[in-house]
Amino acid sequence: MRTFKATAVLAAAALLLSACEGTQQTKEETAAAVEVRSAQPSATSSQANAGAQAQAIPGSGASAPSALDDPNSLLSQRVIYFEYDSAEVRDEDLSIVEAHARYLLNTPNAGILLEGHADERGAREYNVALGERRALSVTQIMQLLGVPSSQIRTVSYGEERPAVDGSNEVSWQQNRRVELVY
Amino acid sequence: MSRLIYAWVLTTLLGIPAAHAQITPELKIEITRGQEAAISIGVVPFGWQGPGAAPEDIAEVVSSDLLRSGRFEPLARDALPALPTSDSQVDFPRWKRRTRYLVVGNVRPGGSVGNYQVQFRLFDVVIPDKQRGLGGTQLVGLNFQRSANQLRGTAHDIADQIYEAIIGEPGAFNSNIAYITETRDKNNNKRYALKIADSDGYNAFPALESTQPIMSPTWSPDGARIAYVSFEGRRARIYIQELATGKRTEVAAYRGINGAPAFSPDGTRIAMTLSKDGNTEVYVKHLRTNQLRRLTNNPAIDTEPTWSPDGRAIAFTSNRGGSPQIYMVSANGGPAKRLTFDGRYNAGPSFSPDGRNIAVVHQTEDGGYRIGVFDLERQRVKVLTKTRRDDSPSFAPNGAMVLYSTTDFDGPTLTAVTVVGGFSQSFALRSGIVRDPAWGPTR
Repeated sequence: MRTFKATAVLAAAALLLSACEGTQQTKEETAAAVEVRSAQPSATSSQANAGAQAQAIPGSGASAPSALDDPNSLLSQRVIYFEYDSAEVRDEDLSIVEAHARYLLNTPNAGILLEGHADERGAREYNVALGERRALSVTQIMQLLGVPSSQIRTVSYGEERPAVDGSNEVSWQQNRRVELVY
Repeated sequence: MSRLIYAWVLTTLLGIPAAHAQITPELKIEITRGQEAAISIGVVPFGWQGPGAAPEDIAEVVSSDLLRSGRFEPLARDALPALPTSDSQVDFPRWKRRTRYLVVGNVRPGGSVGNYQVQFRLFDVVIPDKQRGLGGTQLVGLNFQRSANQLRGTAHDIADQIYEAIIGEPGAFNSNIAYITETRDKNNNKRYALKIADSDGYNAFPALESTQPIMSPTWSPDGARIAYVSFEGRRARIYIQELATGKRTEVAAYRGINGAPAFSPDGTRIAMTLSKDGNTEVYVKHLRTNQLRRLTNNPAIDTEPTWSPDGRAIAFTSNRGGSPQIYMVSANGGPAKRLTFDGRYNAGPSFSPDGRNIAVVHQTEDGGYRIGVFDLERQRVKVLTKTRRDDSPSFAPNGAMVLYSTTDFDGPTLTAVTVVGGFSQSFALRSGIVRDPAWGPTR
């Protein structure tokens, strides 16, 4: 595949980038602020760092050019969409998954987070399971291509984090997805 | 079913002390009347024997509760023939022409500072009490001594007493609900909160606030703790939080899904969904020993466990038959039995307190997702709702209503619908999303 060459050429730059992004993701995780409250306000305890923090946008902190940033690369496509109640990656999307798998193979210290999502219809926890199935479908393809499981992490949000608001087939289609987050 | 009345907004609640509780400032309430004949009752505004304005309109809270149950039709205030506040003031023949039941009461400062004495009596105005020489019979009469921030709770107590005296089954008004809100902060970032409120949506209190989603709140049987899933740190974890202290314990942080927590009826175990062993399965964790036991074993999705009230069985959702349906397994494990065969989608099960029914999210022929009740004896799903995007059903502690979340043309609401008669009441936030409710035990 043509994109493979481009990926290989830019692998060095990507190495640099992934180092930056590694720290960035850690920052993002600690930025998830949680405040726990008791029924009596005097006993309010605050776990982790309280207060809202701006969310880092993945990739935005990188200054070095990278295959990940090349709008012409398949790597710029970071969302795989699914059919209703299905976790099967569509044929036309396989090349995107393969491109990312190659990138990960060539960039052993890069990690990817596969976020599974579902549309809003039906039961919430069932949708979490559905989102995970979707993330695992993508994982499976990557692993078949040789990506070590240590480079892949999955999380399913079910219907909790829709990409778009709206209650119609167009919105639902955009919400049934796996997001590939570096 | 006629869609009626009351889209009223309660903004200012005079004289309610802030105390620990935050009053839900803008609560939109909408009522849909069912077909069942409701019982007429007069709830007279309670007398106030103290300085200034009354600390709480107890009669209003009682009336709203009774109306919301779908079993009662309280007389409108301007239709009350008189405003007695004690039994000696009641002209029974006059009431007899208007209604069957009558509630009178009064509030006065009493006991220590900041405390109140609340007294109420419920009469059957049709049957005279010959022994006492009264034109009506007192069915209940009680005195409460409460602090100011307990007055709404006292009103719910009174509504429960009235409900039980007339219907013959316990009420569920003096209980809490938990739910999730999603709002935007000033930077337009999403904020999630787990809120605890009274069963009528008042006194909402955030038990947890986060920049990441929170879901699946569920009550311990004693109402003292709540378990939920939090995505803080961009991973799903299950926590149990003590409501009084805010102290929380992580109970599941395995690789993959940590979801769908459900306390056993005796409170010693928690059922949940984990995918740590490679597939989505239902597990039971013993909270004292931390011993973890896998309950299901199937390559399909198994999730959303709900305990039968006797603690012997667990119903759950599985798509092992090709589409999500409800199955049941012994709480000790073993083979699962499929329960639902109606339609192609039944999920999100929640057992009724008497163990005879399971509330489900049921897809109807027209493609809508509605709340249904699966009757274990008749083996049938009965659809309760008319809305099309319903989710997260849970029974009231007395089993008479099901609370769920839905989105209609007015936006996301929490709705309580009666299991019999189709009476419903919704509450919504003025701005932001409410969802994922769970009705807690009676206080």
